[in-house]
Amino acid sequence: MKRIVIVGASAAGLAAAETLRRDGYDGTLTLVGDEPSPPYDRPPLSKQVLSGQWDADRTALRTPEDLAALGLDLRLGVAAAGLDPATGLVRLADGSTVPYDRLLIATGVRPRRLPGDRVAHVLRTLDDALALRDRIGPGQRLVVVGAGFLGAEAAAVASKLGAQVTLLEPAPVPLAHAVGREVGQALAQAHRERGVELRCGVTVTEVTEDGVRLADGEVVEGDEILVAIGSLPNTDWLAGSGLTVDDGVVCDEYCQAAPDVYAAGDVARWYNPLFGTSMRIEHRTNAAEQGMAAARNLLAAPGARKPFTPVPYFWSDQYDMKIQAHGYLRGHDEVAVVEGDLAEDRFLAAYRSGDRITAALAVGMPAKVVRQWRQVIAVRAAWHDAVPNRP
Amino acid sequence: MRVELDEPKCVAAGQCVVVAPEVFDQRDEDGVAVVLEEHPAAELLDSVREAVAVCPAAAIRLAEL
Repeated sequence: MKRIVIVGASAAGLAAAETLRRDGYDGTLTLVGDEPSPPYDRPPLSKQVLSGQWDADRTALRTPEDLAALGLDLRLGVAAAGLDPATGLVRLADGSTVPYDRLLIATGVRPRRLPGDRVAHVLRTLDDALALRDRIGPGQRLVVVGAGFLGAEAAAVASKLGAQVTLLEPAPVPLAHAVGREVGQALAQAHRERGVELRCGVTVTEVTEDGVRLADGEVVEGDEILVAIGSLPNTDWLAGSGLTVDDGVVCDEYCQAAPDVYAAGDVARWYNPLFGTSMRIEHRTNAAEQGMAAARNLLAAPGARKPFTPVPYFWSDQYDMKIQAHGYLRGHDEVAVVEGDLAEDRFLAAYRSGDRITAALAVGMPAKVVRQWRQVIAVRAAWHDAVPNRP
Repeated sequence: MRVELDEPKCVAAGQCVVVAPEVFDQRDEDGVAVVLEEHPAAELLDSVREAVAVCPAAAIRLAEL
């Protein structure tokens, strides 16, 4: 094996590149990224960068020296445009081709958009964050479409900066599909208490010159609009490649998508045996963990590969609240508050799927206490053992 | 080798403690990472490198002395 190509130069792609080198691969290692910047970190974009607390430089994932030490064939500012697994070639948007013996796909996601939203902000790249940062401040009216974690974080930052924030959410309760109704309501209340106008059950149909239009025709006016309605996996370049794409690059439990082809990070939909389901996880921690796991499996001899079985983890910072969750929350059957009080922004909720505990989410709880639940989930603990005294 | 922690970057995920518990801990009050061994023994370096890689805030660096 002399040529490995990684497409995607963000957290997952970088983690994969570092792992390959650390584990002794010394052949050609090409890292392709569609953005011109060296690898940078995205979670701070909706937090410290948007608030102006950090300069853009602070988001760099590695120092120039550490990056240079990897000995990469670094192709930045050029997107991948096509893949031909039969000949082992990646075609780039500039018309060039890159041959590979093994390929790792880490092309991430892009924001979903709304009709007419060319005049609206999205928040995915450093440029996006800087553009929005320069336009929010005291007295400015910001309309945020979508009260998911990204929209909620941006609303919190803008509100603290003195902007007048309206947060629009189509669901009756924000994040209910992810965290459950009760927890979603508690998070919603936190926004309302801090002066954000949160309107639920409203569907935005388009962005207009001076605001957004709702399904019933009402126009909600704003000086700036942020569209934060979720993401789409960057898989268009794989059309015609023969790879299976179904809301992400479909992989097995080894993060393998096809012979000699692996995937990691936001773009990868893989089978996680720990939860017995396929999942695609847009969490920062998963990008690094899966980048490392996929890289190791890519290098491994047949039979030496390991299934990727993480307990997912995410965090979100909103106002003075830190939200942390371990596990897989989607599709849960029951939520139980096991510590604290939902009304006081200080609680820990456990999630049941079937007869197992599959996740724990906490707000305002000590991180060490929350992290103890990770192991409980990892050993597939029964619900009645992990959360006793429940009916 | 010296372990460097950019403390203000730390997001209190505790991933470093999971992979290198001999070298890292978390503060009780806010979960921010604490370096227990600034100059870890050679046999711990692999786990420290794992922590550097897995840190979701790129807050840890292993510097040559």
